Amino acid sequence: MITLTINGREVQTPRGSTILEACQRNGISIPTLCYDPDLRLAGSCRMCVVEVKGRPLYAASCVTPAESNMIIETDSEGIVAARKVILELLAARHHFNCQVCEKNANCTFQDYCYQYGIKESRYEYGHGAIYEITDPNPFLERDYNKCIMCTRCVRACEEITVARAINVKNRGHEAKISTAFDGNLADSPCVFCGQCVMVCPTGALTSRVSAGMGRSYEVDKVLTTCTYCGTGCTFELNVKDDRVVGVTSDRTIVGSPVNKGALCVKGRFGWDFIHANDRLTTPLIKENGEFREASWDEALDLVAQRLGEIKTEHGPDSMAMFTSARVTNEENYLAQKFTRAVLGTNNVDHCARL
Amino acid sequence: MIEEKRIVLRNADNIDPEDIKDYLQAGGYRGLEKARSMRTIDLIEEVKKSGLRGRGGAAFNCGLKWSFVPPNRGATFVVCNLDEGEPGTYKDRTIVQKDPQTLLEGMAICAHAINSKQGYIYCRGEYPYVVELLNRAIGQAKEAGVLGDFDIEVRMGAGAYVCGEETALIESLEGHRGEPRFKPPFPGVEGLWGQPTVVNNVETFANLPEIVLNGGEWYAAIGAPNYTGTKVLTLTGDVKNRIFIEVPTTTTLREVVFGFGGGIKDDKKFKAVQVGGTSGGFIPEHLLDTQIDADSMRSIGATLGTGAVFVMDETRDIVDIVTRIAKFFEHESCGKCNPCREGTYRAYEIMKKINQGQAVAQDIDNLTVLGRVMEKACLCGLGQAAPSPTLTTLQHFYPEYQARLRAQ
Repeated sequence: MITLTINGREVQTPRGSTILEACQRNGISIPTLCYDPDLRLAGSCRMCVVEVKGRPLYAASCVTPAESNMIIETDSEGIVAARKVILELLAARHHFNCQVCEKNANCTFQDYCYQYGIKESRYEYGHGAIYEITDPNPFLERDYNKCIMCTRCVRACEEITVARAINVKNRGHEAKISTAFDGNLADSPCVFCGQCVMVCPTGALTSRVSAGMGRSYEVDKVLTTCTYCGTGCTFELNVKDDRVVGVTSDRTIVGSPVNKGALCVKGRFGWDFIHANDRLTTPLIKENGEFREASWDEALDLVAQRLGEIKTEHGPDSMAMFTSARVTNEENYLAQKFTRAVLGTNNVDHCARL
Repeated sequence: MIEEKRIVLRNADNIDPEDIKDYLQAGGYRGLEKARSMRTIDLIEEVKKSGLRGRGGAAFNCGLKWSFVPPNRGATFVVCNLDEGEPGTYKDRTIVQKDPQTLLEGMAICAHAINSKQGYIYCRGEYPYVVELLNRAIGQAKEAGVLGDFDIEVRMGAGAYVCGEETALIESLEGHRGEPRFKPPFPGVEGLWGQPTVVNNVETFANLPEIVLNGGEWYAAIGAPNYTGTKVLTLTGDVKNRIFIEVPTTTTLREVVFGFGGGIKDDKKFKAVQVGGTSGGFIPEHLLDTQIDADSMRSIGATLGTGAVFVMDETRDIVDIVTRIAKFFEHESCGKCNPCREGTYRAYEIMKKINQGQAVAQDIDNLTVLGRVMEKACLCGLGQAAPSPTLTTLQHFYPEYQARLRAQ
């Protein structure tokens, strides 16, 4: 542990931590936009700057190692002024339509504008580039008029999903997040996992599937396990008025030990089957070429009876079990156990082998 | 009157830059020979003793920089910064064009100090003929066997000003977008391909053969004690002699402009001089007796930077010049950090407004506040230095701004 002084208070932090981590450990809040603990550091938004005594420049606390006996001010007049200017610069070209924005009340940028009292920007001298929202895909809304260029989406795409579908194109104030040759996501290596939506601190990246279905503060978040496959990813079903209106990530290791919030396109965007009208709710038995609804007991009895008959008539090797990655490991184990011990055959296979 | 003192340019116009034999005859590669006879720790100590500070702009102590390279960390690299992007600067090109072998020798000396087998020269994209010259020089040096097992490759930049910043240069060498990295880790510890790397400017390397040959103390006795040796300056603008010179760092700006430069063209009056390139501060007449060494320059809010000396006569329009500079930075910001990406953009908009006579006092206020934040909060030297022309001219030439304000 090393000892340093932050805002006049002596605090301790492990050797090797950054100033930001030292602050977080000691309950001192620092605003950040580009920082994400699960991603490579960028040090580019400069919101987390602090004053270090003896240094002429402000230090970005997320990338500056804490050193023994450092004297740090996190909220001095100069630092607050710098953060305000940075927010005003971003605000000058941010398309504020919070009243219809999916991220309203759940937006880091909006929170900081509130915290630092950014009612208007001194730097709204003219329009920056205006971007059309054109990407034709059913999952992601990309509104770069709200982008603050924190590049968390780029890093999440590269480091979590390893799709590398997006990066920064152009330079200076014309810099923009883009696929190769600025084409549509569908023509890029994008797999529509929505990790970019998960990490975006503004309304630049939102879910089209959930659009207009509920505000973040109107929904109950129910932590559950994805039913799509055996990986066992957890996520939060967003429930409003007893209906699922979206999926968000719990990014904690406790809430999401398997996937730490990361999901695939099915888990994040493929939940609309839940309230589908043609969804099966009971087993169906086919009689005379027609399906009729049945109870589970009736259906299982029928299956057991027919399997028994086939086994007696044609022998156990006349049957095979083919299982699916959409059930859990435990269920797959039971399926092979049932096949070998009850049906009496080793004809077991699994779609993951294909 | 201070005389020129040529260390870096000692062979300029005395030898054929295309022929290594000339360089060898003039005593070339004796410095490297001596360096290789020394233990690396002694060599670094000798360079430290010379007090040599980086000639690229940041003025960091050269020997100290080398000493940061940890031993036993695998491959190390020597990188020469020949990006020379500051408008009005042509010293590195001049040094290389007149004596390319001295650069190669300097790099090889550094290579010995940090135990490197591979060097790179990152050459400004607008200097294709320099790339060719260097490749011929490297070919000759290899043929003569003077470089030993140290190899040097020339890489060409693609025109981005920010790639003169050492970490952006490294990113570019690696084939990435030319964007600066945050520091620490410094390149000396984690540079090119994550390996310890020393990045020095052409002029810094070119000083080394003579420093090693004559000893650190010999060099330390030349020029200002805090910024020893000589500096190559390039004179441009409204000065009679638009020349390059190499002078001890005790030389004053007045001696540079009115002595070597011969004063103002057409016998007009002096208005201002900008030192160090586009990002340098503007210096008015009453500060001309300042020495050119980096610390003295810094004490008057200016920078020595790359040693470009851009002289403006009484007829020049400061506001218009600063507007053009603001446009330059708006164009050259890489876009990585917020205050620079958005700040250079808004600074240019405000300067345009002032230049067109549309601005009010509040606009100048906004510009000043923005500049002060950028100086301290930007990620790299580009954004930190970009407001300097604006802030120094607001300080020294405020009436010119005031005269442009819209009557309220």
